[in-house]
Amino acid sequence: MSEATSQKIPVTVLTGYLGAGKTTLLNRILSENHGKKYAVIVNEFGEIGIDNDLIIGADEEVFEMNNGCICCTVRGDLVRIMDGLMKRKGKFDAIIVETTGLADPAPVAQTFFVDEDVQKNARLDAVVTVADAKWLSDRLKDAPEAKNQIAFADVIVLNKTDLVTKGELAEVEARIRGINPYAKLHRTERCSVALADVLDRGAFDLDRILDIEPSFLEADDHDHDHDHHHHHDHDHHHHDHGHGLKHYHDEDMQSLSLKTDKPLDPNVFMPWLQNLVQVEGGKILRSKGILAFHDDDDRYVFQGVHMMLEGDHQRKWKDGEKRESRLVFIGRELPEEAIRKGFESCIVS
Amino acid sequence: MKEFTPPPDSASIVSVTDRVKPVTIGMGVTSVHFLGPRAAFVGGEENVALVDAKGEIGKVAVHSGGILSTASDGKRLIMGGDDGKVVALDANGEVTLLATDPKRRWIDAVALHPDGAYAWSAGKTATVKSGKNEEKSLDVPSTVGGLAFAPKGLRLAIAHYNGATLWFPNMEGSAEFLPWAGSHLGVTFSPDNKFLVTSMHEAALHGWRLADNRHMRMTGYPGRVRSMSWSAGGKGLATSGADTVIIWPFGSKDGPMGKEPAMLAPLQARVAVVACHPKNDILACGYSDGTVLMVRLEDGAEILVRRNGTPPVAGLAWNAKGTLLAFADENGDGGLLEL
Repeated sequence: MSEATSQKIPVTVLTGYLGAGKTTLLNRILSENHGKKYAVIVNEFGEIGIDNDLIIGADEEVFEMNNGCICCTVRGDLVRIMDGLMKRKGKFDAIIVETTGLADPAPVAQTFFVDEDVQKNARLDAVVTVADAKWLSDRLKDAPEAKNQIAFADVIVLNKTDLVTKGELAEVEARIRGINPYAKLHRTERCSVALADVLDRGAFDLDRILDIEPSFLEADDHDHDHDHHHHHDHDHHHHDHGHGLKHYHDEDMQSLSLKTDKPLDPNVFMPWLQNLVQVEGGKILRSKGILAFHDDDDRYVFQGVHMMLEGDHQRKWKDGEKRESRLVFIGRELPEEAIRKGFESCIVS
Repeated sequence: MKEFTPPPDSASIVSVTDRVKPVTIGMGVTSVHFLGPRAAFVGGEENVALVDAKGEIGKVAVHSGGILSTASDGKRLIMGGDDGKVVALDANGEVTLLATDPKRRWIDAVALHPDGAYAWSAGKTATVKSGKNEEKSLDVPSTVGGLAFAPKGLRLAIAHYNGATLWFPNMEGSAEFLPWAGSHLGVTFSPDNKFLVTSMHEAALHGWRLADNRHMRMTGYPGRVRSMSWSAGGKGLATSGADTVIIWPFGSKDGPMGKEPAMLAPLQARVAVVACHPKNDILACGYSDGTVLMVRLEDGAEILVRRNGTPPVAGLAWNAKGTLLAFADENGDGGLLEL
């Protein structure tokens, strides 16, 4: 898989609510001396002026796939643009898709899962969300789009940190973590973030799911761990763990992590997961997991966007490596109890 | 890559691979057309290579960027580019600039009418230019996927999301919307002007009988249909998208309604391009593994034109008389076959 993957052109999706600083970040990426050429798909012309790169205007046309699933939406304009860009292969090294401030990132991501031709030529690298440190807390209350973008992100660039106090910064970070504890978070002023922190992340590469995110599935473990071995209460608001962050539990968007050190039965787990995303796919924005199956020496990894899943045997479990299955769901009004019960029923007893 | 090996018991597979004049274009090719006696190999960007029957190649610069769309009537080749330009190329290699989008938007689709009118689209706007008349434009609800002129009268079909629009550019308020959910990318009229067929983003075709707008669903493809070609006389629509050539019957007044398509020339590779012979019931087809076959529609008898083992075939074309077949793969390696 790795060789085929590396030949595909990486695509970075850049989202962020109005005024958060997407264009600043984009200009920074394009003007840095990296020797690379980008094809940039933007929704508004005029604000970027780098001659060397291909700038393409897009109309964000979202349509439903004819498969009866209302969350299976793709960006038709992206399918068309990718088609055109592939005629100029070799003229650019990577693609950046900038969405409008009000866009839901899911149709963009799903375009790279469902379209055969797009998938053949390009791979989704990461969803990068630029957030405004001063206003994000407010937007999370009144703009569902802003919340979607945070929930969906692999990388969050928390921008304009110079405009807030330490306390306000801690507050907004806690709110972000209440929705998405797994994304890499970078605090910036004027989007000054190292390019390596936003580009070539491999966030959708099954092989790299863990490598690049040492904190993935472990972040805030003690907080979100509802493991039945130790029943502590889940008081997110006042749970203090040493670094002084308050913890919020977002009312409608949350993450759910599951883990077990007992092997799973693939014949029960796979149908359960398929069915779960079929039934609850509208609520589940992102999912990821590393699985230890009964009688299987390989690690199995999967990831998903709404109803779409992809998974594969990744590699042999290493000697001494803890054979543990871990799953994460980020979504809206997740039926937590049902998911936990379903997951437990997949454990080989 | 395994070689194309005819089964030992079928000495019937004829090969004409030794009669093909190899042509090396030296650039990626995305489609092939004929302009009079010369074959036009359209590059992915900037150039078209004109190749005569002797195999001599002359390159012509047509766009300053990617070439996104092409249409040809055998005399003229019209192209749209990501430089926002619509250009025409003739058999002498003469390039004419036909239009420039004021915002330099991509020209996503072009179409050519037998009487010389032409159409192009940028974003949601389709524009027609006919003779000395002024340009006429129509905005459809979403980005145009494809354009096609009706064989009779000045009527344009515009494929877009959730259906297609039929429009007489010279008649105010004549746009008629044919709805069908989904994204429609390619469009073609049957030569008898009775049916309209679109290729969709999903692996399916959709058709309308124009007399009563009755729907025809043509599904079952494993992949998206990127190439459609009407057989001589218009009785069948040959299509790519499966590991056989799928030919839908359009001979009767009901078209393919309630009928099974013919499935010819099965290989263990996806059909990438089809081109029906202009006069006889023969077609040429190119596959994702580089194979090119000629197939007789009547009984599916096959003739091998090119063996497998290369990138996918990108384009195929017959000259107007049907005496020359030109083809090329995505890398620009191709050939000419004189019949």
